[in-house]
Amino acid sequence: MTDASLNSDIQPAEAGFGDFFALLKPRVMSLVVFTALVGLLVAPIGVHPFVGFCAILFIAVGAGASGALNMWWDADIDRVMTRTARRPIPAGKVAPGDALGIGLALSGFSVVMLALATNLAAAALLAFTIFFYAVVYSMWLKRATPQNIVIGGAAGAFPPMIGWVAATGGVSLEAVLMFALIFMWTPPHFWALALFMKSDYNTAGVPMLTVTHGRRVTRVHIWVYTLLLAALAVGMGFSGIGGPLYLAVAVVLNVLFIKGAWGIWRRDETRAEADSYRVEKAFFRLSLWYLFLHFGALLAEAALRPFGLGGW
Amino acid sequence: MAIAPQHELHRRRMGRNIGLAAVLVGMIVIVFGLTVVKVTRGDPMAGFDHVVEPRIIPQEDSE
Repeated sequence: MTDASLNSDIQPAEAGFGDFFALLKPRVMSLVVFTALVGLLVAPIGVHPFVGFCAILFIAVGAGASGALNMWWDADIDRVMTRTARRPIPAGKVAPGDALGIGLALSGFSVVMLALATNLAAAALLAFTIFFYAVVYSMWLKRATPQNIVIGGAAGAFPPMIGWVAATGGVSLEAVLMFALIFMWTPPHFWALALFMKSDYNTAGVPMLTVTHGRRVTRVHIWVYTLLLAALAVGMGFSGIGGPLYLAVAVVLNVLFIKGAWGIWRRDETRAEADSYRVEKAFFRLSLWYLFLHFGALLAEAALRPFGLGGW
Repeated sequence: MAIAPQHELHRRRMGRNIGLAAVLVGMIVIVFGLTVVKVTRGDPMAGFDHVVEPRIIPQEDSE
């Protein structure tokens, strides 16, 4: 064996720090950080800024850990899909065993540290979230049911609730409403993506609704979930964490969202393909703003409250 | 082909080591910071290190 062949054998297996960081799904983590921060800040009981910072950090690390466990488990299908083929494991940069080790170690670390920094209830909820995403969603249901998106959405919906529990020590109606908002938002968001990214899920054999029940049914599902979501989002404006500003934002966004879902529901595949899924892509882009602005409005209500302006 | 003194592999390994060091230093800062916050806020503790705790001094009869 020459030096050259020796080098070419070793090089791909030698991961950089960034490759390990990529295992934690940083883009998903950024959403977790934002929603958990809102959950923590809108809670009626304040926390010390440093404790709050640590709580958000540990929630994010816990989410990252579940992401690493998901990448370890799903490495075989990630290899097949173009969107995920460059992830650290299928790209050959990180060994599957390393990803499993990092996932398990960071799971334990984040849960214990959250318990020490805040309270046992928040830590227990974080542990459940990691279990739910890594085991219930990734291992049991993702490849078994076309409702996988709905179930996965539940895992993504826990962070604001954990933030709330970290501050207050218990779950209340407002925390459940924030959970429900993300839970109901996830299916239309991902099904819209699945409508114009069809080849990926087909190739991997993941039972997406678009494949198992057809694209017409998916369009109906998006429409129904959007109506339920709109009722929930606007109704939240009258809860303890809502207020006039949130309500105004929610009404505008939900009118736009319903209009987009109506457009998706009315179209058939011929028309969608004719304009390269313009309506579906616009709906998907709007869905990103939708969640960000709803939680941003909740945060604004909480920020205005000390000045006697936020809330009802 | 000679092995370069500073191979790309070494650079990546160095980056990983520096990253890990930063994470460990960050952990120390966090644990220390949390300790300081919790102690200064008076979370449940006795707080009688290096000081006599009146409760444990045997009470003498007044008579």
